[in-house]
Amino acid sequence: MFYQTHLTSRLMLGTAQYPSPAVLQDAIAASGAQVITVSLRREGADGGAFRDIIAQCGCRVLPNTAGCHTAREAITTAHMARELFGTTWIKLEVIGHADTLQPDPFALVEAARALCADGFEVFPYTTEDLIVGEKLIEAGCKVLMPWGAPIGSGQGLRNRDALRTMRAHFRDVPLVIDAGLGAPSQAAAAMEMGFDAVLLNTAVAKARDPIAMAAAFGQAVTAGRMAFDAGLMPRRDMAVASTPIFGMAELA
Amino acid sequence: MRIDLNGKPLTTRATTLTQLLAELDLDAASVATALEGVFVPRSRRDQTRLTAGAKVEVLTPMEGG
Repeated sequence: MFYQTHLTSRLMLGTAQYPSPAVLQDAIAASGAQVITVSLRREGADGGAFRDIIAQCGCRVLPNTAGCHTAREAITTAHMARELFGTTWIKLEVIGHADTLQPDPFALVEAARALCADGFEVFPYTTEDLIVGEKLIEAGCKVLMPWGAPIGSGQGLRNRDALRTMRAHFRDVPLVIDAGLGAPSQAAAAMEMGFDAVLLNTAVAKARDPIAMAAAFGQAVTAGRMAFDAGLMPRRDMAVASTPIFGMAELA
Repeated sequence: MRIDLNGKPLTTRATTLTQLLAELDLDAASVATALEGVFVPRSRRDQTRLTAGAKVEVLTPMEGG
C-alpha cells in the first residue's frame, strides 16, 4: 500500500506536544496507529525517554523534515534521519510560508527528485495542486500527502472539492490527508472520500484527554473507510421518500 | 580550538568528529552528524577533520508531527 508496506491501520500519528511521554505512549496504543512521525533536533534535550517509546511501540517510524525551508536543508535532514532511524521512509516537508506553513512546491519537487534518486521512499507533504502532484510522481514519489488545512489549525478539509478532484485524478496513487484535521468527523470525511489514510498530531496531543481522542480518531478512520468500501448513496437535491407508498391507508 | 556546535561556541581538543562525540560523551550510534550543512555518515566521522570555526550539527531523535 505504501511503498510495498501493507498497513491494517489507516491512521498515522504525530508524536509532538503531548503532556507527557506516558500519555504519548498510551495515545499511540489507543489510536491503533502503525506509523508514527518523528523528527530530528539538536542533541541536548532529554531524548532518552522518547527513544524508548519509539522502540517499544512497535510502530513503523516516519521521520519528517519539519522546519526545513530549503531543498538543501531537507535533503541533509533526510540523510541524517535515514541513518539515525534506519529507514528509507521520509516525510518530506519544505515549508514555503511562515504563517500558513504551506509547502514550497518548487523546492519540494527538487528535494523529492534528489531523495528518490538516492533510494529514499518519499512521502511529500504537498498541496492539492494536481500539477505539483504530477511532478512529484515523476520525481519518483509513490505516495502523495495533500494538506487538509494549515498544520495545527484544526480546520479540517478546507478545500474539499479540490481534494475530491485530486482523489479522482490520482486514482492509483496512495493519498494521505496530512495536517489540519481537528476532529474525528473530519478524518472520517476524508476516509469516506476515498483517501487512503490520514496523518494528524495536534488534534490528539492537545485534546483534554489525548488517549481518548486517539481512540476516537482511530474509530472514525475505521468507520470512514468502511463507509467508503460499502459505497455511499448518491446525494440528491430533492427528498425521496424511504417508506413505500404502496399499501398506505386512505385516512384523509 | 573553537568550533560551533549546534549553534553554540565550544572549545574542544577534538580534531575529528569521532573524537568530538567521545569528548561530549555521546553515544555515537544515537546521533546523526553534519559538518557545514552537509551530512557526515557514521562511517566517515573518523576521517572528518575539524578545523577552527567549523560548524557542526549533532542531532538526535525528537518528537515530531
